Amino acid sequence: MGLLTFKGGLHPYDGKELSKDKAITEYLPQGELVYPLSQHIGAPAVACVKKGDRVLVGQKIAEAGGFVSANIHSSVSGTVTKIEARTTVSGAKVQCIIVENDGQYEQVDFTPLEDRSKESVIAAVKEAGIVGLGGAGFPTHVKLSPKEPDKIDTIIINAAECEPYITADYRCMMEVPEKLISGLNVMLSLFPGAKGVIGVEDNKPDAITRLTELCRGEERISVAALKTKYPQGAERSLIYAVTGRAINSSMLPADAGCIVDNVATAIAIHEAVLLGKPLYERVVTVTGDAIKNPGNFKVKAGTNAAELAEAAGGFKVTPEKVISGGPMMGMALGTLDVPCGKTFSSLLCFTKDEVAACEPSNCIRCGRCVTVCPAGLMPTKLSEVADRGDFALFDQLNGCECVECGCCSYVCPAKRRLTQSMKTGRREAMALRRKK
Amino acid sequence: MNEQLYNVSANPHVRDKATTHSIMLDVIIALLPATLFGFWNFGVKAIINTVLCILVCVASEYIWQRLMHKKITIHDCSAALTGLLLAMNLPPEVPFWIPVIGGVFAIIVVKQVFGGLGQNFMNPALGARCFLLISFAGLMTNFSYQGFGGSFDATTSATPLAALKAGEMVDVKSMFLGTTAGTIGETSAVLLLLGGVYLIAKKIISWKIPVCYIVTLGLFVLIFGGHGFDMTYLAGHLFGGGLMLGAFFMATDYVTSPITPNGQIVFGILLGILTGIFRLFGGSAEGVSYAIIFSNLLVPLIERFTAPVAFGKGGKK
Repeated sequence: MGLLTFKGGLHPYDGKELSKDKAITEYLPQGELVYPLSQHIGAPAVACVKKGDRVLVGQKIAEAGGFVSANIHSSVSGTVTKIEARTTVSGAKVQCIIVENDGQYEQVDFTPLEDRSKESVIAAVKEAGIVGLGGAGFPTHVKLSPKEPDKIDTIIINAAECEPYITADYRCMMEVPEKLISGLNVMLSLFPGAKGVIGVEDNKPDAITRLTELCRGEERISVAALKTKYPQGAERSLIYAVTGRAINSSMLPADAGCIVDNVATAIAIHEAVLLGKPLYERVVTVTGDAIKNPGNFKVKAGTNAAELAEAAGGFKVTPEKVISGGPMMGMALGTLDVPCGKTFSSLLCFTKDEVAACEPSNCIRCGRCVTVCPAGLMPTKLSEVADRGDFALFDQLNGCECVECGCCSYVCPAKRRLTQSMKTGRREAMALRRKK
Repeated sequence: MNEQLYNVSANPHVRDKATTHSIMLDVIIALLPATLFGFWNFGVKAIINTVLCILVCVASEYIWQRLMHKKITIHDCSAALTGLLLAMNLPPEVPFWIPVIGGVFAIIVVKQVFGGLGQNFMNPALGARCFLLISFAGLMTNFSYQGFGGSFDATTSATPLAALKAGEMVDVKSMFLGTTAGTIGETSAVLLLLGGVYLIAKKIISWKIPVCYIVTLGLFVLIFGGHGFDMTYLAGHLFGGGLMLGAFFMATDYVTSPITPNGQIVFGILLGILTGIFRLFGGSAEGVSYAIIFSNLLVPLIERFTAPVAFGKGGKK
């Protein structure tokens, strides 16, 4: 099979060599654990423990607050000390359950799922609190319950890991590929007519070889090599690369007959169904030029980010910027005193802040942003419209199709903050739509 | 707890190395071979005029921004590039006040009055050239020169394109190399091509505008030139006049060309047709400058009709 890809995109420096050969090591938290009630897309979860309660590893401490919401489980054993608002990754204060770790790691009994009917598998995924671990945090049980299940013909595992620096999914593919395939098989069992495709960027040839070997006996699963190009792992770009079907912002992957889940999510599904283990830990890449020993860590949800930086040897020099997620789409953290939630894929620490070093100047109309935009937009024009505050025109010019991938700001030689204006424009235009 | 605070900003947190400054420098580098050849071909006066053009452009930008209390942006090299391009478009023996008027007109009237870099609707260097051409037609069409080596006859003042229009034969080889009469930077087709290839290889410009432009003009000349498949005549049109300079360095000016990929194709074709009409049916032998500044005016219209289709919005897939 030739390399699959999409139109637009670019090749930023990927920095993966810092951590790609570092095996996943487990990190046990030292301080208190903080569980934000809102660490997924949808309604916040509702706490089902109270101050003073003793909790065990894997015990549910918050219940999904609606259909589009997710359960939260404790990752340690200990005592609930407080339920209060704390600063989280997004910079906003969110209600959090705080647990004092007793260091015993006493766990509840995990029972593998016996009844493997569709309903009970989806119920198990929901019970385990699984959300998209790629970064968006969309509840997985919702994805697995499309309106027209018969139309689903492709389940795509997003193994592109196109964000620079992050190697968490890569390490999982190298170390526990059988869990990934097992998780995909669980999903395939829900959709008898579908085939499974694992899409991997071709800068990870050893992962492609490894998975291809393991999939030899799997009739319904194939491994697709994708061209190494950011944002190959953006859902719409990936669906297009794998199936040739293009969807826009008002459509769901299911409209193209697809369900897309990333590597870590598939592994979580495997663990939930075959082991009965809820989602309370994940693999996090801690890297960047400010970190002494970059590496990949299995981290308990709720662990403090500052602790994580220490786990990787601490700082060589004080960083100017720390990021949760990748450098293209990740969120800059004002403080390291935040908990790592389910969607925390990476902690990036840079000695220099490239954004602060660049002063925006006049647009020279070079057209680079138009060339790289994977959504087929004209970012320079749209950002101007957004800056002017004409959000109706912004919507009319398809501004809401923006996926906020950051390519336009990245390539701009005038260093204009195009993505930032696009994000503002999208938010305001969406608000206008709702008002109508 | 850790009280250290860090920088926050919207994503992305990394940036490409290319800057406005580096792009302008690359274009200047690409122009150097043809410029140096022009110096050698046309002699001292060409050098002085070129330096004058650049100095006047940079100084005009500096003084304007100073007077208007704007940020001084001469370090981005865009004014220097405009000066160099203007010089490329001047006959070598023009009196020294011509570059001064041209430079001031290019920077103040065409560029700064409309808002500075990125806001001008017309290529500043070409705008100035056409202004000079209309105002001082005699001086601007006097192509006699005294080269360094004395190997060329200083009285040979007709450009190859003018000779072609008059129905005379031209020497394609010397046109390709550049040892002919013309403006300072337009004569050497091979060195301009070299610069163009450098820009395309470095992804500063796309192939779309120059290739569509040159191919369209070639076809136009074949069909309407009245010389059939006379390759010498065709080559004369392609290597003669300002085509190579215009196609690779002036028509591709970011500010005044379409930013949409399809728009660039339309723009190139339009340029080819207009240049063909001006050259074959117009009064002057030249047509490139007028074709480009006229097409510059149509850029907003071209962009409107060639806006890219948003992903997933292109009907049934």
